[in-house]
Amino acid sequence: MTALFYTAGAVALIGAVLAVAGRHAIHALLCLLVALQGLALAVFALGAPYAAILLVIIYAGAIMMLFLIVVMIIGFNRESEQRERERQPWAVWLAPLFLGMVLLAEWVQVILRTPAARAGQVAIAPDLVGVALFRDYVLGVELASMLLLAGLIGAYHLARRDEGAPPARSAAPPPGGGNA
Amino acid sequence: MYAILWLIPALPLSGFLMLALLGRSSERLAAAISLGAVALSAALALAVGGQFLLAPPPGGVYTQTLWCWMRVADFAPAVVLQLDALSLVMILVVTVTAALILVYSIGYMKGDESYKRFFAYMDLFVASMLLLVLARDLLVLYVGWEGVGVCSYLLIGFWYRDAANGRAAQKAFIVTRVGDAAMAVGLLLIFSKLGTLDIPDLLSRAVAQWPSGSAPAVLAAWLLLASAVAKSAQLPLQVWLPDAMAGPTPVSALIHAATMVTAGVYLIARLHVLFALAPEVQAAIAVIGAVTLLLAGVSAATQQDIKRVAAYSTISQVGFMFLALGVGAWSAAICHFVTHAFFKSLLFLCIGVIIQAMDGEHSLFKMHGLRRTLPVTFFACVISALALSGLPPTGGFASKDRILGAVYEAGPGGWLYAAALAGVFLTGLYTFRMLFLAFGDMRESRKDTGGMRRPTASMSAVLVCLAVLSVAAAAPAWPAALGGHAWLPQFLRTVLPDGASTLRAGTERTLSLIALQVALAGAASGWFVAMAGRRMFERLTSSTVGAALHAWWQTGWGFDWFYTRLIVWPTVWMAEINRNDVIDTLTGLCTWTALAGHRLLSRTQTGRLGWYAGCMAAGLVIILALMLWT
Amino acid sequence: MNGIPMAAGWLLAAGLLTVGLVGALARRNLLFVLLSIEIMFNAAALAFIVAGARWNQPDGQVMFIFILAISAAEVAVGLALMLRFHHCFGTLDTRAAAKLKD
Repeated sequence: MTALFYTAGAVALIGAVLAVAGRHAIHALLCLLVALQGLALAVFALGAPYAAILLVIIYAGAIMMLFLIVVMIIGFNRESEQRERERQPWAVWLAPLFLGMVLLAEWVQVILRTPAARAGQVAIAPDLVGVALFRDYVLGVELASMLLLAGLIGAYHLARRDEGAPPARSAAPPPGGGNA
Repeated sequence: MYAILWLIPALPLSGFLMLALLGRSSERLAAAISLGAVALSAALALAVGGQFLLAPPPGGVYTQTLWCWMRVADFAPAVVLQLDALSLVMILVVTVTAALILVYSIGYMKGDESYKRFFAYMDLFVASMLLLVLARDLLVLYVGWEGVGVCSYLLIGFWYRDAANGRAAQKAFIVTRVGDAAMAVGLLLIFSKLGTLDIPDLLSRAVAQWPSGSAPAVLAAWLLLASAVAKSAQLPLQVWLPDAMAGPTPVSALIHAATMVTAGVYLIARLHVLFALAPEVQAAIAVIGAVTLLLAGVSAATQQDIKRVAAYSTISQVGFMFLALGVGAWSAAICHFVTHAFFKSLLFLCIGVIIQAMDGEHSLFKMHGLRRTLPVTFFACVISALALSGLPPTGGFASKDRILGAVYEAGPGGWLYAAALAGVFLTGLYTFRMLFLAFGDMRESRKDTGGMRRPTASMSAVLVCLAVLSVAAAAPAWPAALGGHAWLPQFLRTVLPDGASTLRAGTERTLSLIALQVALAGAASGWFVAMAGRRMFERLTSSTVGAALHAWWQTGWGFDWFYTRLIVWPTVWMAEINRNDVIDTLTGLCTWTALAGHRLLSRTQTGRLGWYAGCMAAGLVIILALMLWT
Repeated sequence: MNGIPMAAGWLLAAGLLTVGLVGALARRNLLFVLLSIEIMFNAAALAFIVAGARWNQPDGQVMFIFILAISAAEVAVGLALMLRFHHCFGTLDTRAAAKLKD
C-alpha cells in the first residue's frame, strides 16, 4: 500500500506539472486526466475506496469531459499552440515559481509541526460513508444539491448565445472554429 | 431730548443701507434718501446742540448706552455715545458740512453712471465719522476710524475703471493702514496696562498709575500719535493725500479737507490727558506740525494742478492744528478745525466748479476767462482765499490768530513761532498764486462762454452758504483782544482745559498785527508770482538749480521716491520670490503625498487576472508567516 | 494495514496545491487557469481525505464529496463564462479583458 501511495502520488504530481505547463490544450487535459487517476490510486491507498471511485467516475469522467467538450467547441489548432508558446516565455514563470516556493515552504513548516501519525490503517467501507452523509450531513447534502441546481441554471444562461448581440470586440474573428 | 442722540449716526447709516439694498433707482430718489438722512441728522444735531446750550446736562456730559458689545473676562466694551462740548462741535460741523456738500453733489455728480453708489458711500462715511466722534469707548472709536478709512478708499477709487484711481485709493488705504496698525497696538497696550478702553475711565486711571514721562504713557502716546499722523496726512505719512485727489471733488471736500483728515486732531484732543502725561511726545507733535506745514506750504506753491494745491494746503493747515495741539492749545486747534472745515470745503467745491467748467482740465496755467463766466464761484473763491490766508474778517483769521498766540506764549522767540509765521506767509503765497492763476487771465477762453458747464443753482447756493459760514465762524472765535467774545474756545474749555491766555492785551494786538502783515505780504507775493512777475519766475525755474528745486518741491520733497525704493520695491521683490508661496508648499505636501499614494495604489490595479491572483497568494504568504513566527 | 505517514499525504496535497497555484498565476490562457484551479480543488480534497483517514472516520470522505459538488458547479459556471469570454473578446487571453484600470 505504501509503495502504491508513493508511486501514485508521484504520477499525480508529474501529471499536474505537465498539465499546467502544457502548450496544447488537449494534451494538457489528458495529462490532467492521468494525474487524476494517480490521485485516485493514492486516495485508495489511504483507505478511502469510495472516494477513489468517485474521483474516477465524476472528476475524471464528468468534469474533465466537460473541459474537453468546451475545448472542442472553441477549437484548438496549430496556430493556437504556437500562440501559447509565445505567450509563455520562461521569464513569466519566475515570479509565480518564487511565490509558490515560499508558500510551499510555509506549508511544509506547518505540516512538519503537527504530531506524527499514520493514516489509512483501515479501509472505510462506502456504506459507512453513506450513513454519515445522510445522517450527520444531510443538510449539507441538500445545500450541495441546491448549489448544483444553481450552477446548472447559471451555466445554461451564461453560455447561451443571444441572437443579434454583437461581440464587444469589433475586430473579433468569427466565433467557433476561430482562435483560442 | 438727548435720547435722540443715537439717531444722529443711525440715520446716515440707514440711508446707506437703504441705498445699498435699493435696486435700479432714479437719481432723484437716491439723492433724496441720502440727503434726507444727513439733513435730518444735521437738524437733530442742531436741536440737540440747542438743548445742550440752553440746559447743559449735569457735569457737561451726556452719555447714552446703546448696548454692551461683548463680555470676555474683564473686557466689556460697550457701545456708548457721549455728548460733551467737543463732540457737539464735531457733530455739528460734520453734519452741516456733509449736508451742504451733498446738496452740491446732487448737481455735480448729475449724469454719472454710479450716482447711487456715490451717495451710498457718502452716507456710510458720515455715519462712520459720527460714530468716531460720539464714541466713548476707544474700541467703538476704532470701528468708526476703520469705517472712514474704508469709505475713503471706496470714494477715492470711485471711478474705478481707470486703474490710476484704484492705485491712488490703494496707496491711501495702505498708508493709513500703517497708522491703524499702530492704533491697534496702542489699544492693546492701553488695555493690558490700564484694563479699560472707556475714555474717561482710562484717562483717570492713566493719571493715577502712570507718572509723567513714564514708559507706558510715552509708548501709548507714540502709537496713538502714529495713527493720528497717518490719518491726518502729516509727516512722514503725508504721501497719500495729494494722490487722493483722484476722487470726485465733493469727496475731496468732505473727506480730505473737512472731516477725515481731522480725525487725528480729534483723537489727540480727546486723549489730551494722555499726551500731557508724555511731554516729549507732545513736543514731537508740535515739531511734526511745524515741519509739515512748512514742507507742504512750499510744495503747494510749486503745483500746477489746482487740486493738488488744495491738497497740500490741507496738509499744511492740519499741520497748524498739530502745532497748536503740540503746544497744549487744544481748543485753539479745534477752533481752527471748525473754520478750516468751512473754508477748505468751500475752496474744494469752487475747484470742482472750475474743473467742470474747464471740462476736466486741472492745470492752473491753462485757465482763462473764468472770472466773467463764473462770478459766484469767483466771489466764493475770494472769501475762501481770505479765510485760508488768515485775513480778516473771516474765521480763518480768528482761529489762526489764536494758534499763533498760543505758539508765541509757549515759546516767545522760539523757532516754532518763526515756523508758524513762515507758514502764514507761505499760505498767503500759494493761496493767492492759485487764485490769480485761475481767475487772473482775463482773455477769453477758447470755448465760448455758452459751452462752459455752469454750476447749477443748488451748487451756487451751497457756495454762498459756505462763504457766509466761513465769515460767520469768525464771530464765536474772535480774539478778545480785538473786541470779540471768544465764546467758542470758552465753550470748549469745559472739555479741553488749556488755560486762558496769559498774554497782555497789548502783546496780543501786536501779534495779531504782525500776523496780518505777514499774511498780506504773502498774498502780495502770490499776486506777484502769478501775474506781474510771471516771466521772471519762469526764468528762475528754468535755470538748472531752480528747475531741480522746483521739481523736487513739486513732487512733495521726494517722499514718494524714497518710500518706493525703501518699502515698495523690497516688498514686491519678496512677493515675486515667494510667488509659489513657500509656506504653502508645506501644506501642499499633504495633497502631494495623498496624490502620490493614490497614483501608487492605482498602479496595483492592472486589470490582469494573474496579478490579482498573485496578490492574494502574496497575502496568504504574509499571513502564514505571521502565524508561524509570532 | 500499516497506513502511511500522515505528513506524507499532506505533503502531497501541499505539492499539488503549489503546482496548481503557480499555474493559475503564470498562465494567460483562461482554460489553463481553470485547469489549474481544478488541481487546487483536488489538493484540498486530498487533504481532507488524509485527515479523515488518520482518524479512521468517514467524515473526510463526506467532505470530499461536498468539494466534488462544489467543484462541479464551479467548472460548469466557469466554462460557461469562458465561452462567453471567447464570444466577447474573440480570444481566451486574459490580458484582453484587462480593462478595469486607470
